[in-house]
Amino acid sequence: MLFLLQDGITNGAIYALLGLALVLVFAVTRVILIPQGEFVTYGALTYASLSAGQMPGTARLAVAMGIVAFCLDLFAGRRSLHLARVGRAFAVNIILPVVILALTSWLAGRHPPVAVNIALSLLIVAAIGLFLYRIAFQPIAHTSVLVLLIASVGCHLAMQGFGLVFFGAEGQRGPTIADAALTVGPLRFTGQSLAVYAITIAFIIALWLFFGLTMYGKALRATAVNRLGARLVGIRTSLSGQIAFLLASVIGAISGILIVPITTLYYDTGFLIGLKGFIAAIIGGLVSYPLTAVAALLVGSVEAFSSFYASNFKEVIVFTLILPVLVLRSLAAPAVEEEKD
Amino acid sequence: MQRLPIIVFALVMAAIPFIPGMPPFWIVLLDNIGLSALVAMGLVLLTGVGGLTSFGQAAFCGFGAYTTAVLTTAYGLSPWLTLPASLLVSGVAAVLLGLVTVRLSGHYLPLGTIAWGLGLFYLFSKLEFLGRNDGISAIPPLSIGSFKMIDPGTIYFAIWIAVLLSALLTMNLLDSRTGRAIRALRRGHIAAEAFGVQTPRAKLLVFIYAAVLAGLSGWLYAHFQRAANPTPFGAQAGIEYLFVAVVGGAGYVWGGVLGAAIVVILKEILQSYLPYVFGGQGQLETIVFGILLVLLLQLAPTGVWPWLMARLPLKLNRKRPDTSLVLPARPKPPTSVNVLLQIDNARKQFGGVVAVNDVSFDVQAREIVALIGPNGAGKSTTFNLITGVLRPTGGSISILGNKFNHARPQQVAKLGVSRTFQHVKLVPDMTVLENVAIGAHLRGRAGALSSMFRLDRADEARLLAEAARQIERVGLADQIDALAGSLSLGQQRIVEIARALCVDPMLLLLDEPAAGLRHMEKQQLASLLRQLRDGGMSVLLVEHDMGFVMDLADRIVVLDFGTKIAEGTPEAIKTNPEVIKAYLGAAA
Repeated sequence: MLFLLQDGITNGAIYALLGLALVLVFAVTRVILIPQGEFVTYGALTYASLSAGQMPGTARLAVAMGIVAFCLDLFAGRRSLHLARVGRAFAVNIILPVVILALTSWLAGRHPPVAVNIALSLLIVAAIGLFLYRIAFQPIAHTSVLVLLIASVGCHLAMQGFGLVFFGAEGQRGPTIADAALTVGPLRFTGQSLAVYAITIAFIIALWLFFGLTMYGKALRATAVNRLGARLVGIRTSLSGQIAFLLASVIGAISGILIVPITTLYYDTGFLIGLKGFIAAIIGGLVSYPLTAVAALLVGSVEAFSSFYASNFKEVIVFTLILPVLVLRSLAAPAVEEEKD
Repeated sequence: MQRLPIIVFALVMAAIPFIPGMPPFWIVLLDNIGLSALVAMGLVLLTGVGGLTSFGQAAFCGFGAYTTAVLTTAYGLSPWLTLPASLLVSGVAAVLLGLVTVRLSGHYLPLGTIAWGLGLFYLFSKLEFLGRNDGISAIPPLSIGSFKMIDPGTIYFAIWIAVLLSALLTMNLLDSRTGRAIRALRRGHIAAEAFGVQTPRAKLLVFIYAAVLAGLSGWLYAHFQRAANPTPFGAQAGIEYLFVAVVGGAGYVWGGVLGAAIVVILKEILQSYLPYVFGGQGQLETIVFGILLVLLLQLAPTGVWPWLMARLPLKLNRKRPDTSLVLPARPKPPTSVNVLLQIDNARKQFGGVVAVNDVSFDVQAREIVALIGPNGAGKSTTFNLITGVLRPTGGSISILGNKFNHARPQQVAKLGVSRTFQHVKLVPDMTVLENVAIGAHLRGRAGALSSMFRLDRADEARLLAEAARQIERVGLADQIDALAGSLSLGQQRIVEIARALCVDPMLLLLDEPAAGLRHMEKQQLASLLRQLRDGGMSVLLVEHDMGFVMDLADRIVVLDFGTKIAEGTPEAIKTNPEVIKAYLGAAA
C-alpha cells in the first residue's frame, strides 16, 4: 500500500510540474499547450542522448526554428527596421541557438558531468519553446481559444514527428541525478525520487515568488487578465507569451530529465504524460496552482493504484477520472457570458 | 439552397466508378474520403456552427464499428439490421457523454473530449469481447440479396449515398427553426435564451447528431474493411477529423467533404512521396501535417471552402418570404390586468457591491417607462434581473401576476417579455431575416427531425413571414438579406428591436435603443415606439439621450448607485433636485 502511494506521489509530483506549466501558459496566452508532452520527451531524450555521447537532433531543430523566428521578426518589423531591433532579434534568434549548437557538438562525445548535460538539455528545449511561441502562436495570439488549441495540436503533431526523426523509435533511459538512497521505516527513497520532490517543491515556490514579487511576474498576470489593458499600460504581450513558453518548456524538460532515469521514454511517451498533467490542470480549473498540484498527486496515486489492481484498465481509469470532475464543474458552472469570436 | 450543383455533384460521383480505366486505388481513396467526410460533417455542425469543439469524434466511429462488428460476428445478425443498432449505440453514448460535457464552457469541452476520447480508446483495446488490441475480423460485407459489396467499387455507392443524404439532411436542418437556434449557440447563450431557445438541449442535439454521423461512418468502415481494431478510433484520429473540418471550412457542410478530400489525398501523397525525398524515416507526414495545420490557421483560418466559394461566380438567390402568412397572435391579457411588470424590492449584490439596491417600480399596460441614471446606476443589471439572466439576491419580480424569485429567461420570453441588448448580440454571419426569425422561435413548433425531412415548411414560412413583417415595420426592408455583421451599429440595434417584436411581446425592454442612431432615425424610432404603445404594448427602456426620453416616456424612474431616487412624469423629473444632483453633482 505505502509503496504504491509513494510511487503515486513521485509520478504525481511530475504531473504537478506539468500541470503548473499548463496553467501558466493557458493563463497568460490562452493556449492549451498540447506540445507540453513533447517538451518532456525532448528534454528527457536530449539528456539521454547527451549522456550516451550522441549529438541530439533537437539542437539543430532549435537553430532551424531560430532562423524561421528571425525571418518572422524581420517581416513583422519591416516598417521600422532599426539596427538595434534587428541586432536584438539576431542575437536571440540566431546567435543563441547557434552557440548552443556549437556547445553541444563540442561537448557531445566528451562525456561532460551530469550537471552540464542537464543544463545543455534545458537550454536546447528552452530555445525551442521560445521559438515555438514566436513562430506558431504569436501571429495568431489574438484569435479564439479554439484556433489556438488546434494550432497547438498541429505543433504537437509536428514536434512528435521530429522526435521520431531525432531519437528513433527505440526508447531510452538516462543516468540518475543522484544515486544516494534513504530508508525511512518500510520505505526506501531513492535519490532520484527525492530529487523529484525537491525540484517540484522548489518550482512551486519559485513560481509563487515570481508571480507575486517580480515585475515580470506581475506583467504576466496582467496579460492573463486582460491583453488589451496590459498593452495599454506598456506591457509587451508578445514578451509575456514568450516568457510563459520559455518557463513551460523548461519545466517540461526538467520533468523529462527527472523521469527518464526511472522509466524508459519513447519519442511519443510525452503526449500521455502531458495529458495526465492536463487532467490535473483541468481539475484545478486551469487557474489554480495549489489545486493543480494537489490534483496531480491524486492523479499519480490513482494511476499507481490502478496499475497495481487493474493494470489493463489503468489508462481508462486515469482518463475517466476527469468525467466526475467535469460533472462537478458543469454543475457549478457560472452563468457568465463569454464573448466569443 | 441551390439544387443544381448538388445534383450535378451526385451525378458526377455516381459516374466515377464507370469511367473506363479508373484505377481501383482511386476508388479506395474516394471511399476513405466519404468515410472521413461523414465524420467531418458532424464536426462542421458541432464545432463550426455550434461552437462546440470535439476531439473525440473518432470514439463515436468506434461505437458504430464495434456495435456492428460484435452483432454480426458473435450473433450473426444481418449488417442492415445492425445499422440502427450502431446509430443507436453512438447516439446513446453521445447522450451520456454529452450530458456531462456540453454544459462546459469554452475550452473545458475540447479538453474533456480529448480525455474521454483517450479513455474510450483504451477501453476498446482492453475489452475481451471487442478482441482487445487485435479487434474483430471477418465482419460480413454489406449485401443486397445475393449481391455482396465486397470490393471498394461497390461499397463506394453505399458510402457516397450516405454522404449525400447526410449532407442534404444537415443542410435542411441548418436552414430551419432548430438550425437557427444551433447557429446562434456560437455567439453565447444569453441572446438565444432570451428568445426561448433551450440552449443546453440545442447543444446536446448537435452533439448527438454529430455522434450519429460518426457512428454511421464507423458502421460503413467496419463493413468496408471487414474488420475493426482500436487504432482508427484513437485520439490521433479524433484530432485528424477536426483537422479535416478546419481545412475544409468548419462552418460549411460541403467544407467537411472538401476537407476530407484534401486531407485524404494529401496524406496519401505525403506517405508515398516523402520517404523518397527525405529518405526512409517514418512518420514524416505527421511533421508536414502539423506544420501545414499551423500555417493554414495563420493564413486562412476559415478554411478552403469559403475561399473557393468567394472565387466562384455562384450567386445565392434568396427567396422572399410570403408576408401574407400570419402567425397566431398572443392572447392579450384581460383588461382587468393593469400591471404588466411589478418589481418588489429587487436586490442584486456582486460580492460586496450592491448593484441594485431594493428597487421597486412597476410598468402598466400601454405605457412607456424610461429607466435613467448615470453610468453604473444599475440599469442594465435591473434589465438582467427582469429577464432572468441574473438571479436576484433578494426581492421578487412579477410578470403579469406571476411572481418569480428567479425566472428562467425562456419563461420570461414565453410570458411575452422580450428585450434588446446594450451590447448588440446578433449572429453576424446570419442574414437580418434569419436573425430576426430567432425572435419568433417560441411561436414555431417544428423540431429537428421534421426540419431534416423538410416537413416544417409551412411552419417555417409563417415564421419567416413574421420576421419579414417586423423588419419592414422597423424600416430595414432593404437590408433583409444582408449579413447582420455588415450593418452599422445603429442599424444592428434596430434589427434587435425587430427580433424582439417577433416575440409578439406585451412588454418590450430596450437597452439604449437610440445609441448610435442619427437624429432622423431617433425620431423614426420614437414614432415607432409610440405606435406600438398605442397598439397595446408597453415599453421599458434604458436611454441616455435625455431629449429622446423626455419626449417619449410617460413615466421615468431614476436610479443612482443602484438605488431609486425618483419616479414621475418627465416634467416632474426635470425639476427634481435629487435627479439634478445625481447628474450634475451637489454644487449644481
